[in-house]
Amino acid sequence: MGNPLLQVSGLNVTFATNDGAVNAVRDLGFEISRGETLGIVGESGSGKSQTVLALMGLLADNGQAQGSASFDGQQLLGLSSDELNRIRGTRISMIFQDPMTSLNPFLKIGRQMSLVLTQHQGLSRRAAMKQCADMLDAVHIPEAQRRLSMYPHELSGGMRQRVMIASALLCRPALLIADEPTTALDVTVQAQILGLMRELRTDFDTATILITHDLGVVAGLCDRVIVMRDGRCREAGTVDQIFYRPADEYTRELLAAVPRLDFERPQAEVTAVDLVVAQEQPPAKKNDRVILLQVDSLQVFFKVPGPGIFSASQTLKAVDGVSFGLVPGETLGVVGESGCGKSTLARGILRLVDVTGGRVCMLGRDLGVMDDNALKEARSDMQIIFQDPFASLNPRMMVRDIVAEPLQTHQPDLDGAAVNGKVVRMLQRVGLEPGHMNRYPHEFSGGQCQRIGIARALIVEPRLILCDEPVSALDVSIQAQIVDLLMELQASLDLSLIFIAHDLAVVQQISHRVMVMYLGRVVEVADRYSLYAHPKHPYTRALIEAVPIADPEIERRKSSTGLEGDVPSPLDPPSGCAFRTRCRYAAERCALERPRLRMVDETAVACHRVGEI
Amino acid sequence: MIRYAIQRFLGAIPTLLILIALAFIMIRVAPGGPFDAEKQLLPEIEANLRAAYHLDEPLVQQFGRYLYALIQGDFGPSFQYRDHTVTELIMDGFPVSLRLGGLAMLLALIVGVSLGTLAAFRQNTPTDYTVMGVAMTGISIPNFVMAPLMILLFAVYLKWLPAGGLGDGGIANLVLPVIALALPQIAYVARLTRGSMIEVLRSNFIRTASAQGLPMRTVIVQHALKPALLPVISYIGPATAAIITGSVVIEQIFGVPGLGRYFVQGALNRDYTLVMGVVVFYGVLIISFNFLVDLLYGWLDPRVKY
Repeated sequence: MGNPLLQVSGLNVTFATNDGAVNAVRDLGFEISRGETLGIVGESGSGKSQTVLALMGLLADNGQAQGSASFDGQQLLGLSSDELNRIRGTRISMIFQDPMTSLNPFLKIGRQMSLVLTQHQGLSRRAAMKQCADMLDAVHIPEAQRRLSMYPHELSGGMRQRVMIASALLCRPALLIADEPTTALDVTVQAQILGLMRELRTDFDTATILITHDLGVVAGLCDRVIVMRDGRCREAGTVDQIFYRPADEYTRELLAAVPRLDFERPQAEVTAVDLVVAQEQPPAKKNDRVILLQVDSLQVFFKVPGPGIFSASQTLKAVDGVSFGLVPGETLGVVGESGCGKSTLARGILRLVDVTGGRVCMLGRDLGVMDDNALKEARSDMQIIFQDPFASLNPRMMVRDIVAEPLQTHQPDLDGAAVNGKVVRMLQRVGLEPGHMNRYPHEFSGGQCQRIGIARALIVEPRLILCDEPVSALDVSIQAQIVDLLMELQASLDLSLIFIAHDLAVVQQISHRVMVMYLGRVVEVADRYSLYAHPKHPYTRALIEAVPIADPEIERRKSSTGLEGDVPSPLDPPSGCAFRTRCRYAAERCALERPRLRMVDETAVACHRVGEI
Repeated sequence: MIRYAIQRFLGAIPTLLILIALAFIMIRVAPGGPFDAEKQLLPEIEANLRAAYHLDEPLVQQFGRYLYALIQGDFGPSFQYRDHTVTELIMDGFPVSLRLGGLAMLLALIVGVSLGTLAAFRQNTPTDYTVMGVAMTGISIPNFVMAPLMILLFAVYLKWLPAGGLGDGGIANLVLPVIALALPQIAYVARLTRGSMIEVLRSNFIRTASAQGLPMRTVIVQHALKPALLPVISYIGPATAAIITGSVVIEQIFGVPGLGRYFVQGALNRDYTLVMGVVVFYGVLIISFNFLVDLLYGWLDPRVKY
């Protein structure tokens, strides 16, 4: 192997703040050889991103790095920006978490990519464009030439991350740093991007540093792993050591937090009845229980302007004929990739968007025929928790006012003391310090903010909570805490939950039944054990396959033939079975006839070939 | 895009109608009439004059008559400059005002954007504080105070520049009025640019560009300038209105024979048609400018879809 490509020792990163110096990274040391892949794992705030930003000379103005970082014999720390610019983008490249904001929305893809080449290799615009097209081709972007003249917002999230990777590889760097490259993406897309990185590592012989909070992600890709917490290295070792023989307590905690798909069905599990198809059949055990929420053939269509000046407007069928029922105390998981209509379904149920067709009945009362007052009253039984915990809390309101706000609408005659009492009890209930109720959202972490969101939803004592990707924006370890909290609240308050996520592993843990959606339609409904053990629909299988498992052996064995491509445009869905364009089992019939949901064993599935595959 | 343009165009018609109606009512409500300033006229003669200009008809009828002529592009005769139509007066004064205002706008954009960018890069340094302090002063001091001060300093004491008039039309005569007119706009544009530039420089895609090893100059020119200028672009509309308003005062102070001066004279003399003509003319100008700016914005920001 010879000398390591990058050798970091005694790295300290400090930030000068108004509250004094903050040590983001303390005495960190590691090395990486040519062609090797190193994973740096840790929760938000563990200093993993600051470590690599320090190496790249990209720290914020108040940040300072000390120590030594020798890259190919050259000391990186303390270089002038001119000297750094000869290394950045050429010898060391970096890709970032959110490909939407990390690409310039005002420049065409080709323009922003070619700037790298014209700068570093002195190529002409034309020659640079040619290389960019070749590189887009190498990261498997279809119609590469045409993409050069597109803007980032015209591409899907996965495509954008491919563009980021392509830009980073343009000058064939010796070291590629990937800072949470898949965190903002769907699991299916995450699997695609990880597969791509695995492939490129060999093709380009690039050493890679992969930064992530998700241990599952590093299992299949990395040779060695560093676990970081509070700026320090807690444990370092080969990937097998870390996963099979973790020495550090914290590493074990992180491993335990990774959601697993492979748990056993407990003996005494009360299977919730399937109300999709077999509504008429009275459920055996629960026939004394009322149905809390009944959704019948719900449709939510949007009109969008046509492409031309005079062309008629098009119809976007975001939700197209979804039916299910929910009993008190039950959790229904809803999974599917972005753009499958999950969130629109939730909004349609709450009538936050206008419903095109179908019925939503809460405790037997049709929400569709209610006037505004009745609807307001009904809504006190149905609350929602949103995905982005920061964006969904008003930054200028104190926690007390945020949590108490629904009371103003639903219980306006409560006096201040009673409201305060309720807020205090609710904050305690969700595991927050009641003394913090005079603070503002920015003083809390993502997980705490989500707890505030939960407290706000619970304060009016609803029967049903719709959770719209409540943990997607959180670290894996925090996800587990929030899911535990929701499950505990559900058990003690007899809540019903609709839990929306793009990640099957999370949904599986909390749900009694899981509904898989694709392009506005339900493709499979089953109880969580059958769904994992015997997935019937090819789409469900692909979703399960895409979930990264915290086991290097399993991950390495995974075939790279995961789900390819993106969800088709809902404006122009494929004929027949909408999934057929990405289905490896698609046959002639699938293009002609739309499959209906039918019962196979205990599962409702919409696939023509369910018996054959 | 074309659909949006048509919609905007149709939407401008009611705006313009309301503007015309308001201006029409306000100038009529003002005490006095177009013939009061002249030496006492015989009542019969005044009555004849009023009849000749249809001022004896009911207001609604006059308004209708005015609109009807306006649609045909006729602003009517001036009450004050009896030998000229309002159109002639506008055509006479506007080129001067256009030169003054255009130069002021150009100056405001170039100087304002440069200063703002400079301040953004030297954020929280003495340079930044100086630029922003001067900008704040520029915004706070009204131009009718600033202009006489400038005349005192540069024309009366230092005798560098002429105090007023157009002279032979040379640039020397325009320097002071253009600067006086542009100063508040320079200040405003500088503040806008600084704010948006700072925000853009903090964004993720600028970090990406730095990580790609692009030198700061390339990062600014290629990546940051366009998004940072969008707020400035959308300010061009209001800036046009502000410069037009400002020019009314500035032309008066510097004795520049532009449209603004006609407007002031017209208003003082109750020259109904002249005042209306200038209001309508400038109204159309401002509305079209805002429209153009919106189209420009959509063209610059690829995410905006009309």
